[in-house]
Amino acid sequence: MDRDVDSTTPKHLRGKYAIVGIGETSYTRGSGCTTRALGTRAVSAAITDAGLTPADVDGMMSYSFNDSTQSPTIAGDLGIRLNFHMDVYGGGSSIEALVGIAMGVIEAGMCKTVVIYRAMNGFSQVRIGGTGGRGTRAGLSGDSLFTRGIGMMSAGQMFCHTFMRHMYDYGTTSEQVAHVKVIHSEHASNNPKAFYQNRVSVEDVLRSRMIVKPLHLLDCCVETDNGTAIVVTSIDRAKDCKHIPVVIQSVVGRCMKPRADMHYQSGPISTVAGHYAKDILWPNAGVGPQDIDVTGSYDAFTFTTLLQLEDYGFCAKGEGGDYVSSGVMRLGGARPNNTSGGHLCEGYTHGVNMVIENTRQLRHDIDDSCPQGADGKRRHTFDYAEGGCRQVKDAELSANMGWGHPGMGSAMVMARGDSARGV
Amino acid sequence: MAVEGEYLGMQVFIDDLDQENQAFYKHCGKHELRLQQCDECQLKRFPPTTACPFCASVEVTWKKVSGKGTVYSYGEVHHAIQMAFREHTPYMLLLVELDEQRDVPNNYDGLRLQGNLATIDGVLASPDLVKSVGIGTRVKVAFKDIGDDAAMPLWVVDEDEDQPETPWRYSPE
Repeated sequence: MDRDVDSTTPKHLRGKYAIVGIGETSYTRGSGCTTRALGTRAVSAAITDAGLTPADVDGMMSYSFNDSTQSPTIAGDLGIRLNFHMDVYGGGSSIEALVGIAMGVIEAGMCKTVVIYRAMNGFSQVRIGGTGGRGTRAGLSGDSLFTRGIGMMSAGQMFCHTFMRHMYDYGTTSEQVAHVKVIHSEHASNNPKAFYQNRVSVEDVLRSRMIVKPLHLLDCCVETDNGTAIVVTSIDRAKDCKHIPVVIQSVVGRCMKPRADMHYQSGPISTVAGHYAKDILWPNAGVGPQDIDVTGSYDAFTFTTLLQLEDYGFCAKGEGGDYVSSGVMRLGGARPNNTSGGHLCEGYTHGVNMVIENTRQLRHDIDDSCPQGADGKRRHTFDYAEGGCRQVKDAELSANMGWGHPGMGSAMVMARGDSARGV
Repeated sequence: MAVEGEYLGMQVFIDDLDQENQAFYKHCGKHELRLQQCDECQLKRFPPTTACPFCASVEVTWKKVSGKGTVYSYGEVHHAIQMAFREHTPYMLLLVELDEQRDVPNNYDGLRLQGNLATIDGVLASPDLVKSVGIGTRVKVAFKDIGDDAAMPLWVVDEDEDQPETPWRYSPE
């Protein structure tokens, strides 16, 4: 199982780039507009949040499953002349990877400031996994005989073998895993932006109808329409931006298990790509999981959070069930996870909203509910009761983990700009 | 010649460019489970690929395998997405580890084939049959013809093998 991983991310870029702007539309079912409009609004909001103007941006990146509008169109709408752009295919393991690419192209002198966005009508237009009406009666050819030919098409159907085998290998229970949804729903109840703001119980999860064993309906994330964006630039330029920089310490992009998309052929299938990604993430960041204050896991399903936290080393292998049900990742716990409610509750963005949330956490500007002072800033109460605060006290270091499928993952460590622990 | 047929009301078409998948399903059409074996390192592999994932050689021979294996993991679909499967819920998505090449070339590696649980005549399993199968169940391959010269491989409980007293199942049911 153990194989050497050649870590190729240049460590000298640690601390040299930052996220300076974040933008998001509302998380809805029925945006009533195009992905072009969603992308344009999110990018514009991110540029404004950074204290920049469109003229300050000269790079743009996006990712999609051919269900979005590409960056030359979005840039054109905002009057941005691009020195660099790249629109790539992909979903849930993209945002962290694209941050790393943005750092590289700025480092290479190709451009100076990059906006990365994901715009999707993930509920009202193209539902992920080819679900919904379209395509379900399509013919079978070649590789699709191995998937659609056996009724294995959606993400839940594709990942169920990994989840079930983890239960078999380690005795993980549905009750334990349900806590992921419960905790994220608690966080979402403090987030007025979240699509689902109601708190649910373990019993609610277990009593919801079975979709594909071991996944109940409430083990699966929400599908929404939204645009999300972040602005990446060098630390020198970041100092002139509006907020304290959130500094990128380490990135891993689309790291894979052996045999890529045939990952179920190799090794124990209850181990996911994070097992390999962690050996790049932590050495390059210069910190370990024990140093992290707040995590952002890719919660397409309750199980994906468990598998990632376990394989990135937040607990011992096999103890993910205990970790997610222990209260560690609840607001007020030792290391809260997905304080926005994540994909399970806030909205589905292919990973961007968890990066936005952690950026705000590290700015110490996360609250949408706490009372505002005369300067317009929130006065954190650190009372995490329903409808209350969601700022993690003294947050200085965050880790985000992206998930494409069990065999593919991306990750990123970020630090608050004035953190002594980050550097 | 392109492979053409129909399976569960879905049109099947494998064009002549896709030589690897054509070969696999044409062998299934003869009710033989054959996998690619690398001429260089002698390791078998699945699914069909152009090169060997273990040594990168492109030279292969299609070797017949026993078609016997053990359920390594499973999922049970209660909410079908495809129209073709709606009348068959709950249906089982099995991951079957063949008896050949277990823990080769590395520990925990194996030849794992995904497929549906069925009866010997190729009909997707009834709810009662689904409930009887779990991790550890011994299974063997069966075939459902999908045209003149191709078939879909399916998995049936292997009555010739000793079965675990209670295969591991998700609980509660």
